[in-house]
Amino acid sequence: MKALVCVKRVVDYNVKVRVKPDQSGVDIANVKMSMNPFDEIAVEEAVRLKEAGVVTEIVAVSCGVAQCQETLRTALAIGADRAVLVETDAELQPLAVAKLLAAVVEREQPQLVIVGKQAIDDDANQTGQMLAALRAMPQATFASKLKIADGWAEVTREVDGGLETIAVLLPAVITTDLRLNEPRYVTLPNIMKAKKKPLEVLAPAALGVDVAPRLKTVKVGEPSQRQAGIKVADVATLVAKLRDEAKVIT
Amino acid sequence: MKALVLAEHDNGALKAATRNVVTAAAQAAGAVDILVVGNGCAAVAAQAGAIAGVGKVLLADAPHLADGLAENVAPQVLALLEGYTHVFAPASSYGKNVLPRVAALRDCAQVSDAIAVLAPDTFARPIYAGNAVATVQATDPVIFVTVRPTSFAPAGDGGPAPVETVSPVADSGKSRFVGRAVAKSDRPELQGAKIVVSGGRALGSAENFQLLEKLALRLNAALGASRAAVDAGYAPNDWQVGQTGKIVAPQLYFAIGISGAIQHLAGMKDSKVIVAINKDPDAPIFQVADYGLVADLFEAVPELIEKLG
Repeated sequence: MKALVCVKRVVDYNVKVRVKPDQSGVDIANVKMSMNPFDEIAVEEAVRLKEAGVVTEIVAVSCGVAQCQETLRTALAIGADRAVLVETDAELQPLAVAKLLAAVVEREQPQLVIVGKQAIDDDANQTGQMLAALRAMPQATFASKLKIADGWAEVTREVDGGLETIAVLLPAVITTDLRLNEPRYVTLPNIMKAKKKPLEVLAPAALGVDVAPRLKTVKVGEPSQRQAGIKVADVATLVAKLRDEAKVIT
Repeated sequence: MKALVLAEHDNGALKAATRNVVTAAAQAAGAVDILVVGNGCAAVAAQAGAIAGVGKVLLADAPHLADGLAENVAPQVLALLEGYTHVFAPASSYGKNVLPRVAALRDCAQVSDAIAVLAPDTFARPIYAGNAVATVQATDPVIFVTVRPTSFAPAGDGGPAPVETVSPVADSGKSRFVGRAVAKSDRPELQGAKIVVSGGRALGSAENFQLLEKLALRLNAALGASRAAVDAGYAPNDWQVGQTGKIVAPQLYFAIGISGAIQHLAGMKDSKVIVAINKDPDAPIFQVADYGLVADLFEAVPELIEKLG
């Protein structure tokens, strides 16, 4: 079966972003960009399914600026077979991305779509669910275990109280949580091989999708900062402070 | 304006976070109704109707709605949107799973994880793991919002509001519930607890977490853990506090043997009082702690339990 994996180019998780002085956004000029870590897990899972003989072809898709080609090359180096970039300089919000991906899903007809549960830039946690809705596919979000059998995917999900297992009829959308797998390191030979794999570039208009933002960003500011308190000398002082000063214990 | 709040529950009892969501919804829209989707959950509807400020409770009750499957819950919410300007849900694993699906079916954007209501259509929400806060204005005819419960006070008691039974949507047939492994604990729920005791990698083993359990028992506190401790296998994943885990804001938070990575701070920095116990005087956790104790946790925690009596 064919699997589609969706990857987003984001500010690397090690970079501490700074808010721009004019509060128009965060400054991402000249910062390191990488594949969204949850999407890396998505690619890895698809590759493992291919290695297990469940998946036969993996198509990696990204939406955004031309440099997303680098992100797609990383997906190809992990083991995807070919890539599709929906290229635009426009600001893309989750609903717009979901619509673009839905159009690609319609073209490619994958049985399995695997995406990261959230991107670490906008922290929205929406795209997979929206894509599933737009294609009338079932969804299994926050997956920590995935098993495919008899046209169904059995997925263990990380939920607030612990773990939950559901089964979804294929084709389905799976969104990955951290413990689904540990992505492999890409090797130099695989990076070289990835350069020769096909990468198709499409325009949103060619897919008939209006990507106009629905949420207006009024401003982006600094979070409220917490002041450091005091250091206490010993446990007795700590207990006294908590009882008499903070009054949070009895 | 009127908001519909999607209640979170386990078919027996309403989750406390629903009250905080009602507060946020009332700030944005004024009038608030609650939708309870489940199976055999008349008791939940009654609890929802007893929240102050709730106009009425809509109850969709059917066997295939028992387990919160998004494929069934989303069309149920969609079918009831007439007359509502806003739809709110908690930014919990339930709300995050279901609400974007409803929003997309209605061709509307969603505001995720709102921490403040600034105007009926304008919300503040953290981005980049809380390193920045975006103010966003929705432009769609229906405004979908998931709410960070700890950022809003819980709505009080009131009512009783009338309960209106609505006809359930059909089973999608595309998903089914298989099972649940919910960690049994006699400790309070992490996100609702007044006191949280969290441990980090410095605990060194799952056995050593029992030391924190003793402290939690004495304080009637919930237990938490850093991602490092979870990744090391010392604590279960549903204890994880942080950007990729749970967001908590208790009255008192103990960070024990936790260095204070940004990832972790994103999950607990809104706690009222933070206590840090760490051997390393330069650990970043001390920069946010109200009371810091530089000490070996294996000596300090037993002494703390003893001194608390």
